[in-house]
Amino acid sequence: MKGLKVYAIAYLLFLYAPIFLLPMFAFNDADIIAFPLSGFTTHWFEELTRNAALQAAVRNSLIIAASTAVLSTILGICAARAATMADWPLKRPMMGLIMLPLVLPEIIVAVSLLVVIVQVFGLGLSNTTIIAAHTLICMPFSIAVLNGAFQNLDPALEEAALDLGESRWSAFRLVILPLVMPGIISSLLISFTISLDEFIIAFFLSGANPTMPVYIWGLLRFPGQLPVVMAMGTILVALSIVLLTIAEIMRRRGLKRAGLKDTGGFL
Amino acid sequence: MTLIQLTGVNKHFGDYHALRDIDLEIQQGEFFSLLGPSGCGKTTLLRTIAGFEDVGTGAIRIDGRDMKGVGPNLRPTNMVFQSYAIFPHLSVAENVGFGLRRADMTREEKTRAVGQALEMVGLGGYGARAANALSGGQRQRVALARALILEPKVLLLDEPLSALDKKIREQMQVELIKLQREVGITFILVTHDQEEALVMSDRIAVMFDGGIGQMDDPETLYRRPKSKRVAEFIGMMNFLDGEVTQTGARIEVKVQGLGRCTVESEQAPGGVAPGPVGIGIRPETLSLLFEGETTTRKQVDAVVDEVVYYGDMTYYDMRVAGIDKPLTLSMKNLIGRPVLDVGTETRVAWDERSLVLLGR
Repeated sequence: MKGLKVYAIAYLLFLYAPIFLLPMFAFNDADIIAFPLSGFTTHWFEELTRNAALQAAVRNSLIIAASTAVLSTILGICAARAATMADWPLKRPMMGLIMLPLVLPEIIVAVSLLVVIVQVFGLGLSNTTIIAAHTLICMPFSIAVLNGAFQNLDPALEEAALDLGESRWSAFRLVILPLVMPGIISSLLISFTISLDEFIIAFFLSGANPTMPVYIWGLLRFPGQLPVVMAMGTILVALSIVLLTIAEIMRRRGLKRAGLKDTGGFL
Repeated sequence: MTLIQLTGVNKHFGDYHALRDIDLEIQQGEFFSLLGPSGCGKTTLLRTIAGFEDVGTGAIRIDGRDMKGVGPNLRPTNMVFQSYAIFPHLSVAENVGFGLRRADMTREEKTRAVGQALEMVGLGGYGARAANALSGGQRQRVALARALILEPKVLLLDEPLSALDKKIREQMQVELIKLQREVGITFILVTHDQEEALVMSDRIAVMFDGGIGQMDDPETLYRRPKSKRVAEFIGMMNFLDGEVTQTGARIEVKVQGLGRCTVESEQAPGGVAPGPVGIGIRPETLSLLFEGETTTRKQVDAVVDEVVYYGDMTYYDMRVAGIDKPLTLSMKNLIGRPVLDVGTETRVAWDERSLVLLGR
């Protein structure tokens, strides 16, 4: 029993201790990343605000993440709705294929997309290409969240709305949409977070304007910039935690609204 | 006046023949039930009338209008779903008023209509409550009010009482009958509970394997079932083997263990031909002779094989010479009447009028 406890604590430390180093050195008044700490400073955060290239990268990332979140959620709604409807031919293989990017190595996705976009279609690399690729990898997450929301719905609810005089579209808008709204918000936040800090695909597919993770990776070549990276990372981690927490709260609220028990969440 | 008319309706789900040659006429103001075991097609039939399922072949006419291609939102029908399908994100009043969204009414008129509908189902003052906070019986009432507020020509009820406790169910049965008389709307009820169908309906269609086995009023259905299957499904029935020796206005039949009998032709509602025939006898049409009792009815020697005491009634399984399985009969537990022990030798009184000749 004691051995297990030690193991569990060591496991958690191994997982999360490095993340705690981020804020530690982000506020450390020294150029080099090393103990002992030299004192408190917000200098590195101030430097962040002065770096125009970094700001452009952040703007890129935000545009990409927001577009990806919206696209992947809209497509996810369609897929989840189709998955919860009565059986249609090839439903299972089709859903399997849509979920596949979840386990596909990202480097493979990145390389093959690069080949397709540049060689096959002869297109240039831009934010659009990254949005398309991020939508691809975010969709399985959106579907996983939305599937839960749609599956929890009694199919009679939609029929009841039809029976009471609504059209298919207005039944969806008045009954289904409000009931799956927490799932939609949850899906938006999760896709946004995934896209925001995705590196491999963005690295391959970004042209002249890097995204934030790609820019941070570029900074690493200059040791003097390392604390700035730490400051950036601190902001990212805080943002991710906040967004994912909201996503989970929305998912649980959705279950409660539908009057269902929590059967283990996505997070 | 005929309100709903189904002619030659067939429906397949893949290879599965869900509805077979359904011909049906339902009158304006009638309380009509579709009764049958699960999987018999009763719910499918209700859903085709509501417009949730297409008919394969055949036609459905409601109020003289062919319903082909008419969606559920455009039919003069409203449904109470088995799960009630109360919208969980809306209040009770919003649920009940949902169908009025497209109605040409002012806000005040709508509010008044919702109030009246809630009053009608005994939920006056519940409007502001969250739909999630209601009990099963209350949800059922909300579903009723929501469907009736649109004053449909037909109200369709899909097993509306099956999720309720026995007490509330019986209370709701009576309330539903009263409500139906009050509003005068045609009700079509789907149920697997034969007692519920007998209590509530003007007419019942008993369904098996997608087809209608028999369609009659409750009393005829109970007293004169046309086939063994219908007889088995409705109430309790003893089945004996017999042989018809003469047909005509009066039918001569030899009954296993009971001997030669003569019955009226109306006792063979499914038709009759010379040769082997199934005979049905309801337990309550047989009686035991207690000590000192006499009767002018026919009698046969019997031994008590099993006793089941229900409080108001006692059910006896009787062994009778010449009948291979025990004959079940029920006796009212009147004052001074004992409950006999297993093994008691006594006599069973019976009557030719209680026999039903069952078709195949």
